[in-house]
Amino acid sequence: MSSRDEILARVRRNQPAAVALPSLPVFAQPAGPAIERFKAGVTRMGGKVVDPPADGIEALVERLFPDAKVIASAATEVRGNRALAKAQPADLADVDVGIVRALFGVAETGSVWLTDRQFGVDSLGFLAQHLVVLLDPTRIVGSLHDAYRDAGAFDARYGVFMTGPSATADIEGILIHGAQGVRSLTVVLAAP
Amino acid sequence: MKRIDHSEASSKFIKATDHLDFHDKRLWDLRQKRDRESGALPEWEALRSLASAIKEHTLTHLSQYLEEFERNAVKNGATVHWATDAAEHNQVVYDILRSRGARTLVKAKSMLTDECEMRPFLTNRGIEVMETDLGERIQQLDDEPPSHIVVPAVHKLRGDVARVFADTLGTDRKNSDVHYLAESQRRHTRPYFLKADAGMTGANFAVAETGSVVVCTNEGNADLSVHLPNLYIACIGIEKIIPRIEHLGVFVRMLSRSALGSPITQLTSHFRAPRKGTQMHIVLVDNGRAERLGMADFWYSLKCIRCGACMNTCPVYRRSGGLSYGATYSGPIGVIIDPTFNLRKYSALPFASTLNGSCTHVCPVKINIHEQIYKWREVIAARHQLPFVKQEAMRVAGKVLSSPKLYRAAVETTGAGIEHLPRFMMYNKLNAWGRQREVPTAPPYTFRQWYLKNRADRGKK
Amino acid sequence: MKAALFVPCYVDAFFPEVGIATLELLERLGVDVAYPLDQTCCGQPMGNSGCRDDAKATEALFVKNFGGFDYVVSPSGSCTHHVREHLTSIPQTKAVKQVRERTYELVEFVHDVLNVREFPWAEFPHTVGLHNGCASLRALRTAKMSEIAEPAFSKPLDLLSKVRGIRFAKPARPDECCGFGGTFSVFEEPVSAKMGYDKVSDHHKAGAEYIVSADMSCLMHQKGCAERLGLPIKFIHIAQILNGTRE
Repeated sequence: MSSRDEILARVRRNQPAAVALPSLPVFAQPAGPAIERFKAGVTRMGGKVVDPPADGIEALVERLFPDAKVIASAATEVRGNRALAKAQPADLADVDVGIVRALFGVAETGSVWLTDRQFGVDSLGFLAQHLVVLLDPTRIVGSLHDAYRDAGAFDARYGVFMTGPSATADIEGILIHGAQGVRSLTVVLAAP
Repeated sequence: MKRIDHSEASSKFIKATDHLDFHDKRLWDLRQKRDRESGALPEWEALRSLASAIKEHTLTHLSQYLEEFERNAVKNGATVHWATDAAEHNQVVYDILRSRGARTLVKAKSMLTDECEMRPFLTNRGIEVMETDLGERIQQLDDEPPSHIVVPAVHKLRGDVARVFADTLGTDRKNSDVHYLAESQRRHTRPYFLKADAGMTGANFAVAETGSVVVCTNEGNADLSVHLPNLYIACIGIEKIIPRIEHLGVFVRMLSRSALGSPITQLTSHFRAPRKGTQMHIVLVDNGRAERLGMADFWYSLKCIRCGACMNTCPVYRRSGGLSYGATYSGPIGVIIDPTFNLRKYSALPFASTLNGSCTHVCPVKINIHEQIYKWREVIAARHQLPFVKQEAMRVAGKVLSSPKLYRAAVETTGAGIEHLPRFMMYNKLNAWGRQREVPTAPPYTFRQWYLKNRADRGKK
Repeated sequence: MKAALFVPCYVDAFFPEVGIATLELLERLGVDVAYPLDQTCCGQPMGNSGCRDDAKATEALFVKNFGGFDYVVSPSGSCTHHVREHLTSIPQTKAVKQVRERTYELVEFVHDVLNVREFPWAEFPHTVGLHNGCASLRALRTAKMSEIAEPAFSKPLDLLSKVRGIRFAKPARPDECCGFGGTFSVFEEPVSAKMGYDKVSDHHKAGAEYIVSADMSCLMHQKGCAERLGLPIKFIHIAQILNGTRE
């Protein structure tokens, strides 16, 4: 008998009497426009939210990160200086700023949803020192319930809710940004 | 197998007052942050009930959901392995690594791999394993197990971390600035991510509907562990399965709120299929879980989503530290799981509790922790695993308290001698109560004696 | 309506004034109170240690003593909880079930059964810290616990708040366990004492002159801690305040 069969047999033998699966209710959303709650959420989790400047995203990036040498953009509307098309994951180790476009945001938590398609190269969202995320402000859902209700959005090979930059408080509870992943996360509320 | 002496270990912990103070305050702060989050969501209690019901449904249909998960994972291009116990888990992992010529492994936090003692198994066979979660890394470098399932080094102060890093990473021993220490670990770990042959994560949730592995971190180390190497291994306890993506709407909302008092972790990662040209392996692990499923009083512990809220709220845990439990799982959840791993070794743990019930009421999936603690005490007593002193004390108590005459003889003389005893006789090593407390003074009469004198005319039974 | 008074063993032995205050209070409130003379203990020490066999005879004696009353009232949340939830080592006959479901803790009884809120004879011009023992709070649900998101309520506060002159201190951790836990206080003495020290220091820092509780077992432990620490804080059972004790 394989381990698989052994485990499944033991599980079947021991399963307690069936408990019904509850259906998920729709919970009322807190008052206020989703965009304001989203901005508050991002800020609370250590990220920044900005409106798209008149002179364009590239100029914004230059202003935010004047010392950045390597800028890699997976967002078609923004130019970087590092090509991603043929990049291997580890090639992005020297990226200072990564630019991506998120599929949607979540007001409840201040999260943005990105998949492997948005990153181009998955490691972009984690090896870059800083991440700039473009988000269409009309594509913000209210809560995580709303986000997860559409299982189709989770078809991607890889997807992630990013909420602020990488962080840790493992040493004496002191909050650090840029634990292993990005040191900063800036959301630009720009329609595509 | 020697019984873990929680009381003895706690005594040492309490003597280190700076560490104790920080530990207690830090975890109580997490509890209060949790309260703020739960208070801010009108549907919090409804979510707890939902989360509990979804888990109970899943566990009572576990074989079906495991098969569904496997089917979908395989469809996604992952290879699914099954391990009946810790030894098999370690062997399976090693075989996967060896088959790909992998010598270096970067991993995110996984209590399951700690439970299976995977690291020494791999290290002894020439695999270099690097913990990438900051707290786990500190503990690895200090050759100590993690003390808390969410904040593994919460029992350490910055000076301790400075010492550990100075000894192992070559940092400045005199610099205990937390930013400096965290940055040092970031820079030191980065090259390993870039070069590692394999990456590993655990799973907070494994979704049957899609075969997805969901990992919640704040650091992003799970993503780095998966996106860089060409080989990804996910180690998953069979109880981590949830039926559908939509259920993540319940669990992800509750996990970080319960654990840290933040609405979500910084990264909530969904791994479904390997990158082109790479491999994804999933190891589904039993190691006693299927057995526990059949324990009528204890199977509810399998609902656990490893949030650590029970540890944060437990007044005993906060004052004794996770290491005093001598097991991978400590605190309230540990107390009800560990006896299934080794009843004798962990027989004292269910008594490291005042049965106050706080754990049960912060648990996002409504595990009746304190009730299970009570039941474990009955199991331990029935299997003669109580320490002899306690066994005898209870036997004598049972005799005295069931006889009105013996009882009255005991209480009516309790006062007689006590106030005349010199302090050194009352307060010595044998009188545990009196070590740090004054003993109550005996009154001149018992209630019953007063009653007979003042109400005897009532003609009572 | 005939009630039986159940005086916990440690109250009988060490704090008879609490039993006396309970009896007098119930009599003042017009309750016909009997005191079964052969009562001993509810069996909690053995029960909480998992020793079901050792608890059997004590449990049977409890039912024998307290059968046939409309209510069994006790100035102890933990003992009441034990009787209602854990008096299970003996066969659950109709008589056993009846005694179990008719056992009430004093605050529950006065608040829910007698529905009394005012005690015109009571006056307690002191600052008190209210300690809700964990059995009373979380098991008997006599007040909102901080863990659960629910509307605030407190039966002990309902009873105490109209007592003339009383003021309430606000400790930082009002419902953290004080560390008594029955035999825990002896077998896990280091943590128990530390918890007790923290509890009394918290109340003292908040300005409490007295700590009041419906559970004398908690207070016994806290008193022992406070005395060893040399803290000038006094301890009193809620029955005593409601019965009119001035200090």
